[in-house]
Amino acid sequence: MKNLYLIAYLDLKESIRAKWFLVYSLVFGGLIALFFIAGVTESQVMGFSGLSRLLLMYIQITIVILPIFILITTVRSISGDRDNHILEYMLSFPISLKQYYWGKVIGRFITVYIPVLFAMIIAIVYGSIKGSPIPWNIFFLYTGLLFSLSSAFLGIAFFISSIVKSSEVALGIAFFIWIFLLAFIDIALISLMMQQRLDEQLIIFIAMINPMELFRVAAISLFDPELTVMGPVAFYILDSMSRALFLFLSIIYPLALGIFFATIGFIIFKKKDLV
Amino acid sequence: MINIENLTKKFGTNISLDNVSCDFNKNDSVALMGANGAGKTTLIRSILGYYHPNSGKVLIDGLDPIKDRIKVLKNISFVPQLPPPIKLSIEELMQYISISADVDKELIKHYSDEMKLDISANLNKSFFKLSGGMKQKLLIAISLAKKSSIIIYDEPTANLDPKARDDFYRLLKQNEDEKILLFVTHRLEEVKNLVNRQIYMDMGKIVSDEKF
Ligand SMILES: Nc1ncnc2c1ncn2[C@@H]1O[C@H](COP(=O)(O)OP(=O)(O)O)[C@@H](O)[C@H]1O
Ligand SMILES: [Mg+2]
Repeated sequence: MKNLYLIAYLDLKESIRAKWFLVYSLVFGGLIALFFIAGVTESQVMGFSGLSRLLLMYIQITIVILPIFILITTVRSISGDRDNHILEYMLSFPISLKQYYWGKVIGRFITVYIPVLFAMIIAIVYGSIKGSPIPWNIFFLYTGLLFSLSSAFLGIAFFISSIVKSSEVALGIAFFIWIFLLAFIDIALISLMMQQRLDEQLIIFIAMINPMELFRVAAISLFDPELTVMGPVAFYILDSMSRALFLFLSIIYPLALGIFFATIGFIIFKKKDLV
Repeated sequence: MINIENLTKKFGTNISLDNVSCDFNKNDSVALMGANGAGKTTLIRSILGYYHPNSGKVLIDGLDPIKDRIKVLKNISFVPQLPPPIKLSIEELMQYISISADVDKELIKHYSDEMKLDISANLNKSFFKLSGGMKQKLLIAISLAKKSSIIIYDEPTANLDPKARDDFYRLLKQNEDEKILLFVTHRLEEVKNLVNRQIYMDMGKIVSDEKF
């Protein structure tokens, strides 16, 4: 156990010193703070419809930025260490591969999640200074949604990191997955829908197993519980399950996805040559 | 005691170790030699349990270095061919080593002093910002502070000046008793006094193995 914490702690310290972490914290932390502050404090002023565009924009930006940041910074953690012979040295000490791998996962997760958490806290402080009542339920749900979106992509990143041999390839695959989830699936589904080849409910189901899409809908539903901006899609979603169940799934499913990919990554890491 | 039995390791179609069999016993100090690409590093990495062999096996005191990696690595000190660009500070690196391998930090400092490396002045410096020679000295100090029964050096002197090499050989001479020392080198004359066995590899095979 002490080795697990040691690896996590050292990875965390190392990441926090890195330049990418600073950029990530400023860009992403700032965005989330703005999103939350705007959502919470301005909604009383503008009403939902006035605010919806702004919030949608923030959600959209989060969906674009968070996954790619996590992917490009994490995907090289193990493959990069292998490339430049850090693994060869660090693993010559009596540390189990399990402790090494999961220590890295935990360290990275904390690194990625800290700015998110700080941003939320800043937003809360700002909100209370401005005197608006703090909607704790939205706060916890949004934090939870970000938590599970982060873990999904962290898991995917560790999976990629352990299957490829070089960090360049890892980066390439990460970009591909990002673009694929971000755009191609939607484009493909829309064209299928227009040709009426597939049942609408099936199309919505396929769209929702994409963690990015699920996050988008769930985040919107925090401020627009009836999902009016989503149009007919909302009907299918809220018709097939209650809103509470939907939110529960949108937190549990990406989390499970992340753990699943990270675990497969570990099994591969153990089975393959280490250096 | 290290037993290597019919060990074959391929990378794609390239055979890096070709049916190698060899034993190393206590008090063996071995100069492992051979042209670039002969398979020396691959052999060492197999002993460290980094590679899954295509066939054959490696046993260290009867243990498999992959399955029993923790027990096996407790007893091995290793310095790689190139000092890796570790981003941890010296302090953090020493923390990693002292916690994971139960190595006394003071002892690392002691051997660093012996190698004429002042680590107190560099504790907060990132390891990869040290000069090549300083990195190598620190790794050597760590390898000596970690009291292991097997010491493996993969061309460790490349970045060292002649003075540092002498310090290193002197320290090694004091520490090699009752141990297995594997020393990859291209300069036999330098380690003549240290070693009592000399192995040549070529194209993945051991072509000569002499004790003296
Ligand atoms: N990870 C690897 N992937 C592919 N080929 C490798 C790998 N490691 C070593 N080789 C190949 O195995 C052969 C032996 O390499 P190595 O053991 O590093 O030689 P040496 O240390 O004696 O110079 C070389 O032909 C090298 O290209
Ligand atoms: Mg070599």
